[in-house]
Amino acid sequence: MYRKKSFWFTVFFVVIFFLFIQYAQTHFDAYIIRIMNVAAIYVILGVSLNLINGFTGQFSLGHAGFMAIGAYASALLYMSPELKVMNFFIKPLIWPLNQIQIPFFPALLIGGLLAACAGFLVGAPCMRVKGDYLAIVTYGFSEIIRVLFNNLQSITNGPLGLKGLPTYTNLWWSWGWAIFTIFFIKRLIDSSYGRALKAIRDNEEAAEAMGVNLFRHKTLAFVVGAFFAGIAGGLLGSLVMTIDPNAFNIMLTFQIVLIVLLGGLGSITGTVISGVLIAFLMEWLRIVETPMKIFGFTIPGISGMRMLIFSVILMIAVLFFRHGILGDREFSWESIFSIFKKRDSMEGE
Amino acid sequence: MALLKLDKVTKHFGGLIAVNNVSLELEQGELSGLIGPNGAGKTTIFNLITGVYPTDSGSIFFMNQDITRKKPHETAALGIARTFQNIKLFGKLTVLDNVRVACHYRLKSSVFSAVFDLPKYAEEEKRMTDESLRLLEAVGLYKLRNEKASSLPYGHQRKLEIARALATRPKVLLLDEPAAGMNPEETLELMKFIKKIRDEFSLTILLIEHDMKVVMGICEKITVLDHGCVIARGSPSEIQKDPEVIKAYLGSGTYARS
Ligand SMILES: Nc1ncnc2c1ncn2[C@@H]1O[C@H](COP(=O)(O)OP(=O)(O)OP(=O)(O)O)[C@@H](O)[C@H]1O
Ligand SMILES: [Mg+2]
Repeated sequence: MYRKKSFWFTVFFVVIFFLFIQYAQTHFDAYIIRIMNVAAIYVILGVSLNLINGFTGQFSLGHAGFMAIGAYASALLYMSPELKVMNFFIKPLIWPLNQIQIPFFPALLIGGLLAACAGFLVGAPCMRVKGDYLAIVTYGFSEIIRVLFNNLQSITNGPLGLKGLPTYTNLWWSWGWAIFTIFFIKRLIDSSYGRALKAIRDNEEAAEAMGVNLFRHKTLAFVVGAFFAGIAGGLLGSLVMTIDPNAFNIMLTFQIVLIVLLGGLGSITGTVISGVLIAFLMEWLRIVETPMKIFGFTIPGISGMRMLIFSVILMIAVLFFRHGILGDREFSWESIFSIFKKRDSMEGE
Repeated sequence: MALLKLDKVTKHFGGLIAVNNVSLELEQGELSGLIGPNGAGKTTIFNLITGVYPTDSGSIFFMNQDITRKKPHETAALGIARTFQNIKLFGKLTVLDNVRVACHYRLKSSVFSAVFDLPKYAEEEKRMTDESLRLLEAVGLYKLRNEKASSLPYGHQRKLEIARALATRPKVLLLDEPAAGMNPEETLELMKFIKKIRDEFSLTILLIEHDMKVVMGICEKITVLDHGCVIARGSPSEIQKDPEVIKAYLGSGTYARS
C-alpha cells in the first residue's frame, strides 16, 4: 500500500516541480536561470559519481574526462557546418564531421553513449587496481583525454576549443535530465543489481564468493556513471557556449567529489541537496574575486580565491563531516508518512 | 565418484608451502571435518577450492568437472558455497539484503528491466525475497531481517553467513571455523544446526575446526592437516588414536586444552 502511495506522491511532486520549472524558465531573470541550470548539471554529475564512488566503492577521479567526451561529441554533432568552418580556421574539421548536423537531443545521447564506452574502458582495468591506485589510474585517464583533445587539432580544434555554441540547454533539458538521472540511479541501486554493487563496496571477497561477477558489476557502475557524466558534459557545453580541453581538468573533478562528499557517500538525497547548494555558493563566492573595500582598505580581487575557499570547505568536510550532510540516509515518503502516523497515534492517546 | 575431489594440490606463498600435495575426496551427503593446528593450511584449501588463489600444481574436480582454474563467482554458481573464518558480511546492508545478494547471480532480467521494474524482473525479485526470507526463518533470523548486518551480535552474524551461503543453492558447503568465539553450549547447538541443514538441504559439508573435540561429535570423516600435509584421515575414533595426530597436536599445544 505504501509503495503505491509513494509512487503517486512522487508523480505529483514531479509534476509540481516541472510546473515550477516552466514558471522559472519564463519569469526568472537570466542570471538565476543560469545558476539553476548549473545546479541541475551538478546534480547529474554528483549522483552519477556517487554511483561509482559511494555505492560501488570504487574511488574514481575520471569524471572530467567523461564530461569532456560528452561535451565534445555532442557539440561536434549539433553545431552547424558554417559554425564549424568558423571555428576550425587552423586545420579544417575532418570529414564527415564537418558535414553533419543533428538535433540537440540525439547529439547529447550519442555523447553520453561515447562517454559510456570510455567508462567501460576505464572500468575494465579496475579489476586489477584498487583504492588509491584506482584513483590514480582514473585521474590518468582524464589527463590523457585532456592532452589528446589538446592535440587532435582536426577533430577538437585543439586548445582553441569550440566557441559560439548554440544555447539549447534550458531548465527543461537540464532538470529533465537531472530528474531522469536521479530516477535511473535510485532505481538501479534499489534493484538486485544495486545490492550487488553495494555488496562489492562492503566486502569484495565475500561478494565474489556469493556469485557476484566483479568484472561485470564494476564495469556496470562505470558505464552508467560515465553515461550520465557525458550527458552533463553535453548540457554544460551548450550552456556556457564555449568549451576547451583545459576546462575539463582535475579541479572540475574535485568539485564533483566535493559535492559527493558533502552530500554523503551513498546518499542520493544528500548529493542532490549539496549539488544545488554548491551551484549557488560558487556564484555567490564570485564576490571574493572582485575588488572589495573593507574598513577603508581596498583589497584587489584575487582570481582563484573561490577555489581556495572551496578547498578549505573540502578539507573541513573530510576532517569533520566524514559522512556529509546525510551520511547514507535517503529521503523516502515512508519516513514522512511514519512521522505523521506517530503524530496521529500520539494525539489519539 | 566423489562429488568434490582434490588431486595432489600444492600452493606456495613465497618460500612457504601452505598446502603440500594434498588429495581429498568428499562423497555426496557426507559431513566431514578438516582439522589441524594454526597455520596448517586449512583456510588456504578453501581458498583453492573456491578459486580465490590459483593452485601451483594439482587439480580440483567438482561433479566430474575440472574447476582448477575457475574464479570464485564461477565456483559459487556451480554449487560451492562458503563461510569465512573472520566473518565477512556486507555490513551496511540489511540482514535480508545480505541473503538476497547471494541470489543475484541467478537473476535473468537485464539492468533495464530491473530499473524500470518490468513484470519479469518484479516476479524474479519477489521470488528472491521469498526464498531469502525462508532461509532467514530456517536459521532463526527472520525477525531481524531489517537490521543492519553489522549491528548483529557475533553469533547471529555467523548464522547469517550460513544463510547467505545457502542462498547460492549450494551442493557443497564449506564452513570455516563456524564455532570460533562461541562457548561450549553455543557450539553444541551450532553443531546440531549444521547437521540439520545438511539433511534439510541435502548438502555435502566440509567443516574446518581448530578444536578437535568439537568435530569428533558430528563428523563422519576427518582429515588432519599439519604444515600443509595430510597426516591422517579416517573416522573420529581412528583419528583420536592416531599417533601422528597426537604428536602434531601436542607439539603445537592446541590439543592440550581438551
Ligand atoms: N595470502 C597469503 N599470503 C601469504 N601467506 C599466506 C596467505 N594466506 C595464508 N598464508 C600462510 O599460509 C599458511 C596457512 O594459512 P591458513 O590460513 O591456510 O592456515 P589455517 O590452517 O587456516 O590456520 P588458522 O587455524 O590459524 O586459521 C600460514 O602460514 C599463513 O601465514
Ligand atoms: Mg584458517
